[in-house]
Amino acid sequence: MEGQEPNHSRQRRSALDKNIKILIVDDFSTMRRIIKNLLRDLGYNNVQEADDGNTALPMLKSGKFDFLITDWNMPGMTGIELLKTVRADPELAKLPVLMVTAEQKREQIIEAAQAGVNGYIVKPFTAQTLKEKIEKIFERIQAAG
Amino acid sequence: MANTEFQRQLLDEARALVAALEAEDGEAAEAALARIGALRESDIFQELGRMTRELHDALKEVELDDSMQGLAQVDIPDARARLNHVIEMTDEAANKTLTLIEAAMPICEGLEDALRHIGEGWSRFRKREMSVEEFRELSREVEQFIDRGNQELSALKSHLNEILMAQGFQDLTGQIIRKVITIVDDLEDSLVGLIKKIHGDIQPRQKKEDPLAGPQIPGRESDTAVSGQDEVDELLSSLGF
Repeated sequence: MEGQEPNHSRQRRSALDKNIKILIVDDFSTMRRIIKNLLRDLGYNNVQEADDGNTALPMLKSGKFDFLITDWNMPGMTGIELLKTVRADPELAKLPVLMVTAEQKREQIIEAAQAGVNGYIVKPFTAQTLKEKIEKIFERIQAAG
Repeated sequence: MANTEFQRQLLDEARALVAALEAEDGEAAEAALARIGALRESDIFQELGRMTRELHDALKEVELDDSMQGLAQVDIPDARARLNHVIEMTDEAANKTLTLIEAAMPICEGLEDALRHIGEGWSRFRKREMSVEEFRELSREVEQFIDRGNQELSALKSHLNEILMAQGFQDLTGQIIRKVITIVDDLEDSLVGLIKKIHGDIQPRQKKEDPLAGPQIPGRESDTAVSGQDEVDELLSSLGF
């Protein structure tokens, strides 16, 4: 699923680098706060929020984010549309994307995988799951790079 | 009765028509034919009138179904207001809890730091690596920590109590949602009654699949839903993740 865009200039960063810039996209502010708090507990403090894909996209384009965590079902632009848009944009195509969603049908998980998602977490989830998935994503990116 | 009356009149007019034709009275025949036409029209109008009355009665019956009217005009808007209130209450409780946790976390971290600092000093003292001057400093710090620790722990306890109180939303939203379930039950009964009145019976239907099904409901899971993170991981690893 990775590695379709060889000419990406953004510096590779590992999960150990706690300064990576993360964008959380979810229409529920409480869920954004929960994820933000969990990330802070894991040491990631450079976190911003958006409430759907339409708000997230301009932030991603101008903000030099290193990681995207997105919900699926949101009014406006959904998470899967955001993922596909990100993968289609040469500037953003390599951005690691973790989906955190209540959508748990097999065909949806397969659709997200085919669209190039890097990780998939179903709600409700634990702090440990979030930590593991983030670490795994960076491990794989480092192994591939 | 109306029908036999109609048939008798029709027979009379037919006889008059035959008599007029046999008598080669063209005018009388025309007149008899016209009366037969009028008779037929009036019969159609009567039939139409009867159907209209029946339709009117049927509509009135539906209209006058009091429970249906109450549901549409009062109960459903009421249910909507109740459910919106549930969203507000759960949102408020979650945000309040998060705010209190976000306030409590730095207190814990501050206490952790202070304890670590004092612990390091204490272990140097135990190993006799500490000058008298340093020990005096450590004593002052321990004293300060006791004061500060007490204050901060009582702040922490008050935050925990407020988090406890914020969980009261569960009771209230539970009661509200139970009322909405009653309204949905009544609506179901009314709709089933209405469909039976119109169609006579009810055809079983398949549930329409929502492409964005969201959280799965126990006992109502989609056939293709995974049961949790482990199955997600399994599926993704089978896809080469």
